[in-house]
Amino acid sequence: MSSAFTPEMWRSIFPEIGLLILAIVLLVFDLIWLKQPQMRARWLGWMTSIGIVLIMGISAGISMPQGQGSVEWGGMLRFDAAGFVFRMIFMSAAALTALFASQFEALKKRGEFYALLLISTLGMNLMASAADLILLFLAIETTSLPLYVMAGFLTRDDRSVEAGIKYFLFGAITSAVMLYGFSLIYGLTGTTQIYELRSAFQAGNLPVGLAELVIVLVLVGFGFKISAAPFHFWAPDVYSGAPTPVAGFLSTASKAAGFAVLLRVLQIAFAGQGSLWTVLIAVLATASMLIGNYLALAQRSIKRLLAYSSIAHAGYILIGVAADSELGTLSVIYYLIAYLVTNLAAFGIVNLIESRVGSDEISALAGLNRRSAGLGLAMLAALLSLGGIPPFAGFFAKLLVFAAAVERGLIWLVLVGVFNAVVGLYYYLNVLKVIYLHPPVEEKEVFPPTPAWRIALWVCLAGILLIGFWFAPWYSLAQAATSAIWIY
Amino acid sequence: MNGLQVVFLLAALVSLFSAAMVVSARRMMHAALWLVLTLMGVAVIFVTLQSSFFAVVQVLVYVGAIAILIIFSVMLTRRVMEDHGDQILPGWRAAGLVAGLLFAIIVGFLALWQGFTTMLVELPADADNLLDLGQALVSPQGYALPFELASVLLVAALIGAITIAVDRKEDQHG
Repeated sequence: MSSAFTPEMWRSIFPEIGLLILAIVLLVFDLIWLKQPQMRARWLGWMTSIGIVLIMGISAGISMPQGQGSVEWGGMLRFDAAGFVFRMIFMSAAALTALFASQFEALKKRGEFYALLLISTLGMNLMASAADLILLFLAIETTSLPLYVMAGFLTRDDRSVEAGIKYFLFGAITSAVMLYGFSLIYGLTGTTQIYELRSAFQAGNLPVGLAELVIVLVLVGFGFKISAAPFHFWAPDVYSGAPTPVAGFLSTASKAAGFAVLLRVLQIAFAGQGSLWTVLIAVLATASMLIGNYLALAQRSIKRLLAYSSIAHAGYILIGVAADSELGTLSVIYYLIAYLVTNLAAFGIVNLIESRVGSDEISALAGLNRRSAGLGLAMLAALLSLGGIPPFAGFFAKLLVFAAAVERGLIWLVLVGVFNAVVGLYYYLNVLKVIYLHPPVEEKEVFPPTPAWRIALWVCLAGILLIGFWFAPWYSLAQAATSAIWIY
Repeated sequence: MNGLQVVFLLAALVSLFSAAMVVSARRMMHAALWLVLTLMGVAVIFVTLQSSFFAVVQVLVYVGAIAILIIFSVMLTRRVMEDHGDQILPGWRAAGLVAGLLFAIIVGFLALWQGFTTMLVELPADADNLLDLGQALVSPQGYALPFELASVLLVAALIGAITIAVDRKEDQHG
């Protein structure tokens, strides 16, 4: 065992070191401004967001992986383009969430909230590049633990506390099942290295069905993180009870992190069992789409509607995973980028409306276009993008996912997907009908949106339009990540 | 059946039984005490596997520190933590059946594996687990990164616990 550190090792975890330092800086400023809540409310969100953007910029400059990537830290970490692209996705989501949070009265003064947000992002970063089951499990826990607290952050609000406890209990149980799966993997193969597992499974002379059983156990944990049916029960309650910016973060970054792990583990460690898990994933995809879309039809709260829609979207994205091809992986990453900006925008607008009307019912959106034409248009873009209507981001994403499945001959899955997309469109349009045709409701308090909130929404909207119109840069990002996963 | 196997079976039975008692005991205090016994059982299993260091750590950290902390917190919050109503879910039989069935399936599959019948391999007397463990934890080519991540995780847990437990007087409305 050599005990030397190489510069490559530090480059491979530069973003994580940056996030940790930023979290500590925020906690220190939280203490410095202990007696000045207005200073905290004004600056903490900005500091978080600008700090993350700086880290992203510097890591794009100095810690961009070269070529095929390498394995660092004694086989713990895979330093490749896939990890890099996913890191950028998580950190953008965190930067936007920090800005959106500054519109939320009870969050914007709390330094701990931003610190937890950063540590959770750190965990996601490591989830996306972990090459060892031990690091992977620790990264998943480092991601989840701060999220449990963030979901239950409003300790005086019963719904938020309920959301936190529910999320924690579900998370703990699914983590335990997943860890059991990991321990069986180690017991059966004698290695925890994801990149060695494929050959270890082949050499292990295992009886039929054992590796497949392990996959099922591991999928329980991953299914929870991406809120796919039948591991979705937590999602509606947690999304509606948690502070709205947290719900937005959960539905985008946390889901993306789950998919990053799913792609790497299934396509690398379990490449030999592809025929089984593609069927499993296809079943999960179908169940998620059906349950998500049909239960969304009956919702009256916009946050619950978005929660069920997020389950349905997990289903669409899983179609790309089930394709088990390069195009499939590419479509998953593209979809995650598109879904990130779209859903953050939707939750951001709901956040503002909620603080103004004091309710998260769909009826609170009535006549939004007459109350504020800009907000109405923004919601229109977000909802149509969720529904998969061109020219918005969601259209290309869905197209790619379906194309990947067609390429592999999964026609039935595509038919289910298209049918579900139509059902989904129905309830998105229903919300738009309320926004544009119903008489406006009275706003109790008029909070002017903070500059931070405005900028975050503009960035999201620009993303929705750019990803829809200007295909190339995002496609090549997803392409780079895909080829990094598929060289094995 | 040799002596080691008997010890293992006894320890396993005791830990399983007391683990079941932890979740089914009606009073929090009793559950906490059963938890101590469960953790002791796990320590004995570590001993049968010749990992004396883990056995000691299990007793010192889990029994000595964590379980005692739990007992203290149960004692301090007795009034709040008194249970009301039924602690058993109405559908517990179905849940138990499904869990038992799944367990049987897993064990059934495992029994087909050649490693299932492997006997315990005794470690050579001069094997120094502790030295290897210590070096692996701090070596950059070993487990240094997960080790550091675990400390970040613990810091996050501390911050989170304080956030939940301390009620700041500042305006906190939903």
